[in-house]
Amino acid sequence: MYTFSNKLKTFSFVLMIVGVLGIGYGFISAPKTIEDVENIIASENHGHINNHKHVHDVRDEVEHKHHLEHVLTQLSNKPWAALYVACIFTLLIAAGALAFYAIQQVAQAGWSPVLFRVMQGITAYLLPGSVIFIVLLAIAGTNNNHLFIWADSHIVEHDELIKAKSGFLNFPSWILRAVVILAGWNLYRYFSRKNCLAQDDSSDNANYKKNFKLSAGFLVFFIVTESIMAWDWIMSVDPHWFSTLFGWYVFASFFVSGITTISLVTLYLKSKGYLENVNTSHIHDLSKFMFGISIFWTYLWFSQFMLIWYSNIPEEITYFVTRIEDYNITFFGAVALNFIFPFLVLINTDFKRISWVIVMAGIVILFGHYVDFFNMIMPATVGDQWFIGVPELSSLAFFFGLFIFVVFTALTKVPLLPKRNPFIEESKHFHY
Amino acid sequence: MSNKVIYAIYNDDDVLMDAVHKTKKAHYHIEEVFTPFPVHGLDKALGIPPTRLAICAFIYGCIGLSVATIMMNYIMITDWPQDIGGKPSFAYYQNMPAFVPVMFEMTVFFAAHLMVITFYLRSKLWPFKKAENPDLRTTDDHFLMEVSVDDNEQELVSFFKGTGATEVKVIEKH
Repeated sequence: MYTFSNKLKTFSFVLMIVGVLGIGYGFISAPKTIEDVENIIASENHGHINNHKHVHDVRDEVEHKHHLEHVLTQLSNKPWAALYVACIFTLLIAAGALAFYAIQQVAQAGWSPVLFRVMQGITAYLLPGSVIFIVLLAIAGTNNNHLFIWADSHIVEHDELIKAKSGFLNFPSWILRAVVILAGWNLYRYFSRKNCLAQDDSSDNANYKKNFKLSAGFLVFFIVTESIMAWDWIMSVDPHWFSTLFGWYVFASFFVSGITTISLVTLYLKSKGYLENVNTSHIHDLSKFMFGISIFWTYLWFSQFMLIWYSNIPEEITYFVTRIEDYNITFFGAVALNFIFPFLVLINTDFKRISWVIVMAGIVILFGHYVDFFNMIMPATVGDQWFIGVPELSSLAFFFGLFIFVVFTALTKVPLLPKRNPFIEESKHFHY
Repeated sequence: MSNKVIYAIYNDDDVLMDAVHKTKKAHYHIEEVFTPFPVHGLDKALGIPPTRLAICAFIYGCIGLSVATIMMNYIMITDWPQDIGGKPSFAYYQNMPAFVPVMFEMTVFFAAHLMVITFYLRSKLWPFKKAENPDLRTTDDHFLMEVSVDDNEQELVSFFKGTGATEVKVIEKH
């Protein structure tokens, strides 16, 4: 049995407290009125004569006011968007681990059963993550902030494009879809873990078979809901834009993050001596998945980008124009972090077995995919007012702390080695 | 100096592996082992150093990537930078997404083909090469270990009989 070390517990609490304080600071310091925005712009332009002049040269007072209102919306969105990105990212890490777990069950993988309890521990975050996320969605969807402009009836009224999509993008059906999707994922997680634990004490393989069928059904449900999830929670911040492979692209992003998290938690538990049956071959296999899915992500990233860049249709290209102009460093930085770095580091067989190399690559991959989600949400919500500052980092700290707390608490609940899994002996002696 | 070798023939890969371990332990020099299929762990048991073919492939891939980049930069940007459908051909990076499919394929092409050719060269394989089977059955269901003989012929024969060999032959090699 695993015992949650006090050090780690304290660390997670510190992260959560610092996170909450930072999130609070983000909300308090966000501008509330147009006057605040005017002051911010004036202080930012102090010393920049050209820009300063530009602001005053706007003859048309109405246009100036529109500009200020626009910036106000973006700045007041900042703490919300920061919270939203960190929340969806951590939630989807748990979902990615869950999908990986289900695939391992269905594929009857012989190497991974010794890691099932680690995966179940990580997916324990799904429930609290879903609850917080649904609350955030409910707040955003009822137009308490401007994360989703389709939720604002004043905008939809004058926007023919969004109006035409309102059959899909309306609050009741949107929140209902979110509840169904998250309920489905959580139910699978709950029953799969229950069957896995029941299998420990049973005398036949009935629970294992039940889990097999359940996992197969879940994967079908998951692939459909994952796609809808990507439209609802991420693509709909840009309701004028659409992309066909977007669901897959989002999937690859959080799937690799989920695998990386499994790898990092496994290495941590192994280093503390809790996983005696996990050897470097298991680590090697996880690293191969990290490597392969990182490249899969890049493939989808590039396919989406290149198809739109090549044909250059105005209604599609704006998505990338804003990203390349206003988010150049994070947009291309994500490719460096999620592709070039893992590619060069994890291509080597020997490196895939060395703990510190994997930890380093894993941290880079996780940060890179946070940046990836940042790139998907921020341009539509805060535009060129983005910055990775206090609200962003503290949101990340809060959810990271919560994630550690929930996951490692869940790991203490059950033995880390499944007992009567039909593949457990093979898995214990797995050698590559 | 005599060119005698021992052919110890086995009909099971487990027995073979066992024999290899024993032979290594007794410090006899194994010249070669012939098997009809890859025996897992045989290379480790024989102490053969790991292959460097993957390193070669990586280098070949880098060469392929360079060839593709230099080729398209010369053709599309330097030599005749035409406006083709509005694609920006002022600098390589501006039109790079359009070149990536070629860069990717050339990398794979060079890595794969040059690695295969390297493999053929290093393992001396080519059409019309004379086959080197010491015993035809080794391509079907028998395993053969070849060990060089110094002056210890009797000792070796009895040693290999003891390792579970179905046949032990002493052959004069030319």
